[in-house]
Amino acid sequence: MYSQGLIGADSQPVEDQAFLDAFQRRIDAEEKIEPNDPMPMAYRNTLVRMIGQHAHSEIVGMLPEGNWITRAPSLRRKVALLAKVQDEGGHGLYLYSAAETLGVSREQMTEELLSGEAKYSSIFNYPTPTWADIGTIGWLVDGAAIMNQVPLCRCSYGPYARAMIRVCKEESFHQRQGYELVKSLCEGSADQKAMAQDSLNRWWWPSLMMFGPPDTDSQHSDQSMKWKIKRFTNDELRQKFVDATVPQAELIGLSMPDPDLKWNEEKNNGQGGYDFGEIDWDEFWRVVNGHGMMNKDRIAARKKAWEEGAWVRDAAKAYAAKQKQRTAAA
Amino acid sequence: MTNESGMPLWEVFIRPRAGLHHKHVGSLHASDSTMAVQAARDVYTRREEGDSIWVVASADIHASDPARSAENFDPASDKVYRHPSFYDIPDEVGHM
Ligand SMILES: [Fe+2]
Ligand SMILES: [Fe+2]
Repeated sequence: MYSQGLIGADSQPVEDQAFLDAFQRRIDAEEKIEPNDPMPMAYRNTLVRMIGQHAHSEIVGMLPEGNWITRAPSLRRKVALLAKVQDEGGHGLYLYSAAETLGVSREQMTEELLSGEAKYSSIFNYPTPTWADIGTIGWLVDGAAIMNQVPLCRCSYGPYARAMIRVCKEESFHQRQGYELVKSLCEGSADQKAMAQDSLNRWWWPSLMMFGPPDTDSQHSDQSMKWKIKRFTNDELRQKFVDATVPQAELIGLSMPDPDLKWNEEKNNGQGGYDFGEIDWDEFWRVVNGHGMMNKDRIAARKKAWEEGAWVRDAAKAYAAKQKQRTAAA
Repeated sequence: MTNESGMPLWEVFIRPRAGLHHKHVGSLHASDSTMAVQAARDVYTRREEGDSIWVVASADIHASDPARSAENFDPASDKVYRHPSFYDIPDEVGHM
């Protein structure tokens, strides 16, 4: 994103204590780190992994919804869904570009996604069997993504923070159109309302898993917080999400599929918040490790798109090469 | 910088409207400048962000060395006499 042409020339600094301390002082002073600044290898690697996973999630995230574009029940819904899916493609690009400033290539990232080596958000490995799922995804999945992404706008790494600002601006219509869709189903026939509730039942728990493993066994959290890559822990964000979402469900007459969900005055330092039930982390890890309902389909769809697009890329490159030759000859 | 597949990287600059500067917004890969402008229009101007696009091959950007930013830019910090507030003018003069 910012003059990647320069990367590669500078050598990695020796990471003695003085270097690490100086880097931490910059972070503590809220200075942004830019692509060509010296940075610890672990900082670079953490960002490559994180931004790469984030980019893949945007790209794979187009699939569950893209599935419904041709079957949207009205033109209004169709243009909204089309615009949303198009946005997600753009988000993928902003993020791949941000990752590239760290010295990883787009090819490498694409290969890692297609080979199944790279991870993406486990939520996209769930199927979208009903139209209500399109609303629920916008409301909950984009809602959870926003909860995650807003603090990332203040991430210490400049290109990631800038990409996130753009993403967040575009993201808010995603959540609103989803909620509006679910709300209109709830105001419709008994069958439509039941479809909305069924969809919520399937997506609620996976949405909570989107914030990642609990703080007690999240391997990357501490250092990421210290480097101000992340500003809140997984559990903090999850709690905010629950507190924001439960009243939204109540307002349209839906209920979360959690018998343990209840208001607790004492939570959040006396401001109150919701207690909620145990998350099935076995399911989370099963899906992360490739055994969700749609993992195989998602990767197969990406591979198909990549392979079937090959002739377009080849044609564009051949044309560019020919033009170059002609200009040189003229 | 050309990546392995031969799709160079382009930096994208958008002008929000006539009268303003083009501003860097991001980058993308494309086979040539025409395709780069086309792709920039698709990804970076979906919400009336601008009325003009520049693309520049990333490889053609020459930048100052961040390792030398202290010697390049710090000397300006003690030159307060370059700013209007450094000079004393009687209040009666009014705005100057
Ligand atoms: Fe997105
Ligand atoms: Fe979104």
